[in-house]
Amino acid sequence: MKFFKFILVILIFFTFSLLKADEIKLENKITKNLRCLICQGQSVYDSDSEFAISLKLVVKNKINEGYSEDQIYKFLTKKYGDWILYDPQFNKNTYFLWFLPLLIFVFGGAIIMKKFINIKK
Amino acid sequence: MTNKIIYFLFVIFFLFIFIIFYKGLNNSNLYTPNTEIKSIPKLTYESLLKKSSLNSKDIFNKNRFYLLNIWASWCVPCRDEHPFLISLNKNENIKIIGLNYKDNINNAKNFLNELGNPYSTILLDTDGTKAIEWGAYGVPETFLIYENKIIKRYIGPLNSELLDEIKIYIK
Repeated sequence: MKFFKFILVILIFFTFSLLKADEIKLENKITKNLRCLICQGQSVYDSDSEFAISLKLVVKNKINEGYSEDQIYKFLTKKYGDWILYDPQFNKNTYFLWFLPLLIFVFGGAIIMKKFINIKK
Repeated sequence: MTNKIIYFLFVIFFLFIFIIFYKGLNNSNLYTPNTEIKSIPKLTYESLLKKSSLNSKDIFNKNRFYLLNIWASWCVPCRDEHPFLISLNKNENIKIIGLNYKDNINNAKNFLNELGNPYSTILLDTDGTKAIEWGAYGVPETFLIYENKIIKRYIGPLNSELLDEIKIYIK
């Protein structure tokens, strides 16, 4: 019986630490995608400015409150604009940005295809 | 004919790039966040001078102008703007609320003893999370509030021109 209790305690301990590890992973993932507005070359994750320290705390609190990654991004873009995200979200201001590489690819592909067809002829 | 078209496209391409870079030269590389927050965030604050917690509702009444000033005793520009806040405090149309940002309480009290206290209430933000709810990103920063809405925000210290602007708003 004692042995089972021991196993149970260990199991519980490991599940909780795993949960915590997931939270920290998510926290780091989010803060790496946030631009520090004070020291603009750095992410919030890398920065130690007062603003970045507070923002890390806010992200941690929001994760504890049960916010998802997207909800946290929405919360922050509402306050600081899209600029705070390194990976811009898909919206009407960024359609051009997202589709441009695809357009260039299709356009380039079309030119190459045309050349090939011409050579074959 | 094709050569001419290619030459023409090249010229247009370089012109396009030139215009973009030229415009970029004049842009300030200091970013001011374009925030969408219009109404004040609903939060609970601790007070610096009184031992009580306050809600946004208790602090900001409608039909009155409020100036929320984020400050700290360690912030040098806050010292520069302090005389302007004291002179604005003489105006009866506006109430000045302080949000003490990441500060040592004793230092904050000394700062007020030394330079005077223009604030009707001083709220505490010991970890900086409340300033983020306001969409602020440093000290000093000032928000002009009317009817629970933010009508103007000033990043950086206030000066005599901005003070005149605020006075025009609250007339």
